[in-house]
Amino acid sequence: MTKNLRVKTSKFIDETYKVSFKFNGKTYYGYKGDTLASALLANDIHLVGRSFKYHRPRGIMTAGSEEPNAIVQLHSDTSRTEPNVRATEIEIYEGLEASSQNCWPSVNFDIGGINNLLSPVLPAGFYYKTFMWPASFWEKYEYFIRKSAGLGKSPTEPDPDIYEHKYYHCDVLVVGAGISGIMAAKTAAKNGFKTLLVDEKSYLGGSTIYQNSEHFKINNQTSSSWLDKEINEIKKIENLEIKIRTSVAAFHGYNFLLARENLTDHLPLNQRNNKIRQRLLKIRAKKVITATGSLERPLIFDNNDRPGILLSSAVEKYANFFGVACGEKNVLFTNNDSAYETAISLIQRGINIEAIIDNREEIDSSLIKETEKNNIKIFKGYTVVDTFGYKRINKISIMQLSKDGQKVIGAKKSISCDCLGISGGWTPAVHLFTQSGGKLKFRNEDQVFIPDVYSSDQISIGSCNGDFTLDEILSNTPQILKEFLNLKETNYENLEVKSSFNKSKRNIWLLPSDKVIGKTKPFVDYQNDATAKDIKLALREGFRSIEHVKRYTTTGMGTDQGKLGNMHALGIISETAGSKMGELGTTTFRPPYTPLTFGTIVGRNVGEYFDIFRKTPIHEWHVQNKAEFENVGQWKRAWYYPKNGESMHDAVQRESKAARDNAGILDASTLGKIDIQGTDASEFLNRVYTNAWSKLAIGKCRYGLMLNEDGMVYDDGVTTRLDENHYIMTTTTGGAATVLGKLEDYLQTEWPELDVYLTSVTDHYATVSVCGPNSKKIVSQVIPDLDFSDENFPHMSFKNAKIGEIKCRVMRISFTGEHSYEINIQANYGKSVWEKCMEIGKEFNITPYGTETMHLLRAEKGFIIVGQDTDATMTPIDLQMDWIVSKKKYDFIGKRSLYRSDTIKEDRKQLVGLLTENPDEVLEEGAQIVADIKKSPIEMLGHVTSSYYSPNLKKSIALGVVRGGKNMMGQKLIIPMENKQINVTVADPVFFDKENKRLNA
Amino acid sequence: MFIINCPYCGEREQSEFKAGGEAHIVRPKQPTELSDDQWAEYLFMRKNIKGIQFERWIHTHGCRKWFNVVRDTSNDVIKAVYKMGEKPPTK
Ligand SMILES: [Zn+2]
Repeated sequence: MTKNLRVKTSKFIDETYKVSFKFNGKTYYGYKGDTLASALLANDIHLVGRSFKYHRPRGIMTAGSEEPNAIVQLHSDTSRTEPNVRATEIEIYEGLEASSQNCWPSVNFDIGGINNLLSPVLPAGFYYKTFMWPASFWEKYEYFIRKSAGLGKSPTEPDPDIYEHKYYHCDVLVVGAGISGIMAAKTAAKNGFKTLLVDEKSYLGGSTIYQNSEHFKINNQTSSSWLDKEINEIKKIENLEIKIRTSVAAFHGYNFLLARENLTDHLPLNQRNNKIRQRLLKIRAKKVITATGSLERPLIFDNNDRPGILLSSAVEKYANFFGVACGEKNVLFTNNDSAYETAISLIQRGINIEAIIDNREEIDSSLIKETEKNNIKIFKGYTVVDTFGYKRINKISIMQLSKDGQKVIGAKKSISCDCLGISGGWTPAVHLFTQSGGKLKFRNEDQVFIPDVYSSDQISIGSCNGDFTLDEILSNTPQILKEFLNLKETNYENLEVKSSFNKSKRNIWLLPSDKVIGKTKPFVDYQNDATAKDIKLALREGFRSIEHVKRYTTTGMGTDQGKLGNMHALGIISETAGSKMGELGTTTFRPPYTPLTFGTIVGRNVGEYFDIFRKTPIHEWHVQNKAEFENVGQWKRAWYYPKNGESMHDAVQRESKAARDNAGILDASTLGKIDIQGTDASEFLNRVYTNAWSKLAIGKCRYGLMLNEDGMVYDDGVTTRLDENHYIMTTTTGGAATVLGKLEDYLQTEWPELDVYLTSVTDHYATVSVCGPNSKKIVSQVIPDLDFSDENFPHMSFKNAKIGEIKCRVMRISFTGEHSYEINIQANYGKSVWEKCMEIGKEFNITPYGTETMHLLRAEKGFIIVGQDTDATMTPIDLQMDWIVSKKKYDFIGKRSLYRSDTIKEDRKQLVGLLTENPDEVLEEGAQIVADIKKSPIEMLGHVTSSYYSPNLKKSIALGVVRGGKNMMGQKLIIPMENKQINVTVADPVFFDKENKRLNA
Repeated sequence: MFIINCPYCGEREQSEFKAGGEAHIVRPKQPTELSDDQWAEYLFMRKNIKGIQFERWIHTHGCRKWFNVVRDTSNDVIKAVYKMGEKPPTK
């Protein structure tokens, strides 16, 4: 029988709306408005998980997004299951199913708990020290580490939910809807700024909205009722948009912020269908007001991690906001006045307090006086030295602190309890501020980092700016807003504020114990099980930088990024190393503030929308004719056309043979096309290509090689002179955009005096390439008006023509070595021209072929493919293409680099042909090439770049790059493979029709 | 993601632009007359400053124009933009 610890519902909980949910397979009840954490606590459940390294039982510690322990696996189905969901954030809904993580077989009995007993041998850096050697064992270690480490399970099926991205522009963005955020949003909106107010919680008002006490008053009303009225007012302001359940994940430069808006996670499952689950807001704000509040600090003492130990502010929130008592025998442990606010809240609700332990000796405030009036025992100048109870705290030991706070003195006392609320003061939530590039300063009085220098038009207000008390917030915020928004006044002048909070605090980063540190477990990072002992060990081993200590001890590296304990880690480091806090700096706060789902990050860009893909105008024909496609850049290109269940190899062999025996047809529309016009067009080509262009006659085509300034081959293609000052350049499919960019670069920045205009026309034309001995017969029937005689229309020339009424450009150029023609026509006629070629070609055995056959055919001819046979380290000389490098031209891009001491070396890798000893053996592309396998280490000479079985030569052919290969013609080399060696001979890279007879066949 | 004030189009998101490295490195007029060292200086040597850097950007998804930007690389604050061929600002 579980107990019911609901003491009194609050206005934030709807008692008429009962919600059932499952935790670890058992059904429980809560109310609408509960979080999973508050509902579990109401059922007296604290134990919710196991820690990462020692598998220690852990309970709910906080009431917010900073929660380190209460992280659960949500949903049980394989597509929606989600790990690392904070029980303190997820609102319960009918049908919720959650379970504990990092435990097996169950949270109550967990085998990994043995690590806790082994902890003396699991110190900081344990994984680094133990599992690195011998390296060959890593695979075995990894299996066990992965099995026992890790938090939660990933879904195994695709995410069925819908996510989206949205851009949002506003004048003022206010992050955080606590009291200062509400004041800021109202002030901005009322003064005409288009304002967006976001808060990660499901309600507005922060912690003030449940601060219902006579000790905190504004204009004679309790602070919560005053704020309630403000909230009702801002909801009516037109130019103010309010988004709750919206967490800012990242604050980038130029006031660009990413926020995750949670739209359906709180709804019953049956109300979520077809709704967007989460939305990523990409916010660009002219001004940003950060009002993210502050996080309560825990206290660091031995065994400070047992279930039942919570932050004092969380105990207060569970009582005030959710009407839930965290225990029946509560003890509070504090170094400041905050715990007394909690005490008074508990007293108001009739929740029992056993005692309060206060580090301070001299304390005096009206909060404390009222607590004492209620006969609650306060141990002044005491500290907790140990806690007891394995799955739930049941007892604490306390001792008196010495004057200097370094030691404990006197006799040990025991207090039995079932809940311990701890308060170590407050840490401003400066995560977003520092993400944006802001610089912090350290405030010595209360040992906090606060914003100092801003990097953009933004300001921090409220407790994230170090104003922790109600009177400070209400007096400072209006002043800051006036200056920031350039206003004469706000609605918040001359407020009458009563705040009983006394700011005195006794800060001791690591509380002393009666035991030596080696025998204690004072946790600093709860999720990653990093203790003060680990941090001291790291310092002893020589680590000094906070970033190094963090990584060595894993402090702050959990899913909570150490929101609770990072300050203590810094404090312990500075005390141990004897350095000043302000000088030590902080670790970097990296986005996201709280974890984001992958769904939110990718939005709608899933499945076919993952990336843009480009289709040629003839694409549909390829699909209908069962082509397999390959991705080339963003293009989908027909790869091969399997017939009757043919394998890829068989299809490519058939296509390759057909193209040389009869005729082949290829969709070449994806080649980049750049229209070049202007009186200096010829001069421009002279400068960008390695060969000479001035003398190219109108109507002629020429192959060109383009280099980078470092002399390496960049792109290639055929350029045609259409007119005196008009050329059309083709580029490789993948290089089209970068070639255009590079040409624009030279035109605009180096040679602005040239009269040249570039236009990308890749998408404007469809290109149908027909090759083979029957190509002329086919194309001459497709375009009957054109004279196809070799005299009128020789190889490497172009003609304007018409198919019916439609103008087209026909080039007689060849990438296969066959007699061939390319018809370029307005894109939307591409498919009909292709179909016409197919229809006429039928009697000439025309065969469509894809990119794979194109690659095979060009390899037979030894034509390179830039990017396959070259890799940005190949010069034209390395490619044995000296013939294309003009000796006469004074300059062209990359020329000077061709005779740098490095590029003229004889032993550079050079392109050669490779023939295997066994003609049926086809080499693997990428395979290494060596000469001597006896020498160790074996010297690598190069690698295979292209390799095929040639059906036309009936043997295996390959291209490769080999160090000094140019002078190795006929030499035998070795390709060592996993189980064999393949013997090859260096050959001329042109394997087929060396005399180019077929071009005119 | 920062905002760049294209001198031809006005303020646009950084994602519309591409960076093109250090500005004001003039391609030698007579490369053939340079020693290997001099050519290497032009080809490879870049300052990569932490602080105020003069650099080239192109408005790729816009007017496709190259222009110069003065950017503080330590915090991405853009101090000035100016067209190709214009003199860099002196302060
Ligand atoms: Zn522009």
